[in-house]
Amino acid sequence: MANRSSINSTLLQVSELVLHFRTSKGVVQAVDGVNFTLNANEAVVIIGESGCGKSSLAKAILRLLPRNVHRYAGKTFLYGLDIMALSDEEFRRTIRWNRIAMVPQAAMNALNPVTRVGDQVAEPLMIHQGMKKARALEKAVEMFRLVGVPEDFVYRYAFELSGGMRQRVALAMALVTSPDLIILDEPTSALDVLTQANIMNQLKRIKKEMGMSFILITHDIATSSELADRVAVMYAGQIVEVGDAQRFFQEPLHPYAQKLMASVPRLRETKDPDFIVGQPPSLINPPAGCRFADRCHRRFERCAEEPPTVEQDGRLVKCWLYIEDGVNQGDADYSRRQD
Amino acid sequence: MTQTTVDAKIETNKLQTKMDEHIERTEGASPDRHAQGALLSVRNLHVWFELRRFGFGHAGYVRAVDDVNFDLKVGETIAIVGESGCGKSSLMKTILGLHRPTQGEIFFENRRLNDFSRKELQWYRTQVGYVQQDPYGALPPFMNVRRILQEPLIIAGVKDLAEREARIRKALEEVKMSPVEEFLPKFPHMLSGGQQQRIVIARAMILNPKLLVADEPVSMLDASVRVEILRLLRALQEAHNLAVIYITHDLSTVRYFSKRMMVMYAGQMVEQGEVNELLSNPKHPYTQALIAATSDPDAANAMKFRDVPPGEPPSLVRPPSGCRFHPRCAQFIADLCDREIPPDFEVGSGHRARCWLYR
Repeated sequence: MANRSSINSTLLQVSELVLHFRTSKGVVQAVDGVNFTLNANEAVVIIGESGCGKSSLAKAILRLLPRNVHRYAGKTFLYGLDIMALSDEEFRRTIRWNRIAMVPQAAMNALNPVTRVGDQVAEPLMIHQGMKKARALEKAVEMFRLVGVPEDFVYRYAFELSGGMRQRVALAMALVTSPDLIILDEPTSALDVLTQANIMNQLKRIKKEMGMSFILITHDIATSSELADRVAVMYAGQIVEVGDAQRFFQEPLHPYAQKLMASVPRLRETKDPDFIVGQPPSLINPPAGCRFADRCHRRFERCAEEPPTVEQDGRLVKCWLYIEDGVNQGDADYSRRQD
Repeated sequence: MTQTTVDAKIETNKLQTKMDEHIERTEGASPDRHAQGALLSVRNLHVWFELRRFGFGHAGYVRAVDDVNFDLKVGETIAIVGESGCGKSSLMKTILGLHRPTQGEIFFENRRLNDFSRKELQWYRTQVGYVQQDPYGALPPFMNVRRILQEPLIIAGVKDLAEREARIRKALEEVKMSPVEEFLPKFPHMLSGGQQQRIVIARAMILNPKLLVADEPVSMLDASVRVEILRLLRALQEAHNLAVIYITHDLSTVRYFSKRMMVMYAGQMVEQGEVNELLSNPKHPYTQALIAATSDPDAANAMKFRDVPPGEPPSLVRPPSGCRFHPRCAQFIADLCDREIPPDFEVGSGHRARCWLYR
């Protein structure tokens, strides 16, 4: 398909995506009505703490579902095509890895120990594009160069590589079919500071040179800012704020996002970081109304009802503070407190 | 006898002499014994692990810790910063008495840890608390909170049941797990990550140690609880005038927790000093690289590439000659850095760096 540089710049649109799991204790509402869009050559970062459903969101987009799915609904459009409506076989053949690839969490520890890493990188080409092995291996070498792995490493096994190198190999596996979108699930969380900075540099270069789009899922806010064009904050299965990275990092809108930003220790500032009292609600029986209300410092009566998502100067936020007839001007209050 | 084993034998002898030479030299270099008034003194500490080929043939040493020196006073906090494989965990385990030093000495209250008997080690372990990195892995899943906290008291020989119970309650209150009644019968899997880490801290504190060793105590926790746990540790440190060794790879939490820090690279201490001074004015090229690679949340980060030294940390079996950072260093001085091991240079008040740039 030649529409990578299509007139329509919206690459992916996720609308009311729902993914619930059945467990022995009840239904876990891991992803509960998520909406966001992603433009071509853009990186959106999904920030959230453990258990907020961010990895489930990635799986829901790629339709990599476990067996205990209770409810899977919503729409996902790739270039305007509803990919949720495709049959499983069609999705596997045309979308997965050809258009959307993924670097799963801890991918570096999931490489096949008995296959050479070069063969593993070449494999998607042979399976998804029916390429001959020799040609696929050539492509793999090209990818190794791109992600910064020495070329002769194609003949090595995973155990012969360091963590950083293995993570790059996992990235090469996602890149090799030149998909339009790569979903990265915690790509650097187990790596050292220098390796982490190195891989983020590599991702920036790939984004610039290949015009690729990324969804970066992470809990590490500082590192996420290395790649982010836009930021989405997830809390208890829902996205509570989406907006431009520039403005998000300066002044987040949602009280949870504000608290979360304040809890990041900073190297170049001496200000003491803060923390959020309490813990996220269980996703089995999430509270009615705003799910953050219990821990929120700006809670009022209205928070007992589920807040709508509203636009506040170009950003979307799911909070009653920004509803006109509520106790509005939440964001003016916030800037006043900042002074 | 195969060729491999013969080779291995020859290699053993070579390495043995090499090791002896190396150690004699460093011993001669700094003959000073433990500092007066220090709670913990680490002198010329080497921790080497023997590598074996197929279980018996000798294949060299992993030089996990090589010539580390520092002192820790009562009530002082020091952070040890380094990447994985730099030897910080081996250093920590040796301080905890879990590994024997290959060479060098550790003094605790002027007593030499190297020759502690079993009995003395038992006493030593009541004096030193240990906070593990992964709280869920560190708590036995089949014990409830009461049982977990009883364990150290039983081992330390606290026989009186009422006293045990009182101390357990006090420890839980100190880590702000209240109401205590509610938590005592709970098992680790019923607690959140932050609560589990509080139990680990309570267990480390229950025998009133003088020194606390915290190995990445917050790296497994979520951002929003991290600071809460760090504050708790700081409050305990102040309340009990504890000496703390805080081991971390995360530079951004160091300032927040400790007064002094040391940076390790490939088994060696490369720089140490007061935290604010060291972070604002790093001297060693490795420390400079670490600081440059650490990001603060800022949208401007996405616009620029970060400077990262090329390559990866070296193997500790055959570390590079001279300064171990020299193959990756941009300020490398030919014929010096690759030949001579840099000594500790004084680069500021209480600020020392092992780098030839400051000769």
